[in-house]
Amino acid sequence: MQTILELKNIGYSYHSLHGETRALSNISFGVGEGEFIAIVGPSGCGKSTLLSIIAGLLPPEQGTIVVNNPDGSLAYPRIGYMLQRDHLFEWRTVYKNVILGLEINHMMTPDRLDTVERLLVDYGLDKFRDKRPSELSGGMKQRAALIRTLALDPQLLLLDEPFSALDYQTRLFVSADICRLIRAAGKTMIIITHDLSEAISLADRVIILSNRPATVKAQMPIHLTLKDNSPLASRNAPEFQQYFNQLWEDLNNDG
Amino acid sequence: MTVKKKKGPGHSSHELTKQEEFVRNHRRHHHQISTMRITIFVLFLILWEVSAYLGWIDSFFFASPSQVALCFLEQIKTNALLSHIGVTLFETIVSFLLVLLFSLLAATLLWYSQKMSEVLEPYLVVLNSLPKSALAPLFIVWLGTGTTTIIVAGISVAVFGSIISFYTGFQQVDSEKVTLIYTLGGSKRNAFTKVVLPGSVPILLSTAKVNIGLALVGVIIGEFLAARRGLGYLIIYGSQVFQLDMVITSIIILCIIALGFYKSIQMIEHHIRKKFKM
Repeated sequence: MQTILELKNIGYSYHSLHGETRALSNISFGVGEGEFIAIVGPSGCGKSTLLSIIAGLLPPEQGTIVVNNPDGSLAYPRIGYMLQRDHLFEWRTVYKNVILGLEINHMMTPDRLDTVERLLVDYGLDKFRDKRPSELSGGMKQRAALIRTLALDPQLLLLDEPFSALDYQTRLFVSADICRLIRAAGKTMIIITHDLSEAISLADRVIILSNRPATVKAQMPIHLTLKDNSPLASRNAPEFQQYFNQLWEDLNNDG
Repeated sequence: MTVKKKKGPGHSSHELTKQEEFVRNHRRHHHQISTMRITIFVLFLILWEVSAYLGWIDSFFFASPSQVALCFLEQIKTNALLSHIGVTLFETIVSFLLVLLFSLLAATLLWYSQKMSEVLEPYLVVLNSLPKSALAPLFIVWLGTGTTTIIVAGISVAVFGSIISFYTGFQQVDSEKVTLIYTLGGSKRNAFTKVVLPGSVPILLSTAKVNIGLALVGVIIGEFLAARRGLGYLIIYGSQVFQLDMVITSIIILCIIALGFYKSIQMIEHHIRKKFKM
């Protein structure tokens, strides 16, 4: 697997008159093409800050991000960012919501709109295109948010606890569903989550961050023997419990 | 919103479902409210008329509904009451529209520049709390007596509060929604046009409702001091020549105008909310 992005010694601090709060320190890891990475860590350890830096919304204070495109170009990969809530706008119809990114970037070209059209059909949202977001279920809203992100054809998807606003049962289905769709679209993904089971069932590799200032405590490649099945079924894989215990231990030891 | 449920064919006619009972109670409640409102109004008119007739109050000072009605008809004939009403309406609507325009522009600029909004904040607060009637004499000296002065007076009463409300509304828009625009590669301008402005529509509408009333207040103050036409002028004129029925008639017309403005904005609001399903 080719590494498309490499974080080298990334550091970041928040500043206020009361002093400096170090959020990230010396974070280094690579992101392979088509890889699914889950980042777990204690709450408030700076996971979202890290994602904002990768997304280019925040410049890192220390360190660099090295771009390594397969075609040798130096362009930063196109990023798609999914926030904790779907943030579909109630004053727009579902269709107007999913083409928001295209509208902003003046990319309402026929083939982009065709892609959106295909995604709407594939994701079963075609019939709801003229509805308002409030008329959709939690899962459908997440799908609409995913189409909005995919419409811009990102290479790397960043998901910041995208399912945390959903109730547990919906969350199980939606997280499995969304990740299946992203895998099917052949994208690379970095997801932040609190939920260790979710991390193991969705990711190829789990990166464990320490308490603030966050450093990379451990990295754990996940190989489940049921990998071809859905993320829901993967929770029944024989190795699942073992990974879970290992992760739990890594998260909680202060060594 | 009322949910209507058709009675099923198998339903007996004198037995109400819970839903029908709810709808019936809901309607009855609204009937009661409107009936009581009208009753209070009619009782007030009767009491007023009777008190004046029986000499409990001096009808020279307090007029009476019949006097007001007569005065109304007479003023239409002799003093062109309708043109006075028209002048006040025109000045108020122009002030109101200019207030909306100015405050929307100003609030937009403040939203764009955090620094500017911090710098200007104390000025806005002072100007907003200043009693604008104190400025009216200055306006007369600067602008003379006439329509311009009165429109400026109308604007001055509403505009500062309106800027503050609009700006506060802009700031209350969910910052994550703004972040969303940036994650989609949008600019600050996109954030404003796609999120901040449409997201503030409810606040814009409720502020507009307050503004139309304030613009009317400003226009009347202006007409008190610097006009030869308009309802404010009629009130001052009537009090000076001790024609108090003229004053009271004008005040009642003002009540009706205020109600009319409020209702029209409410209708526009309803229409917009329905269109955007907010």
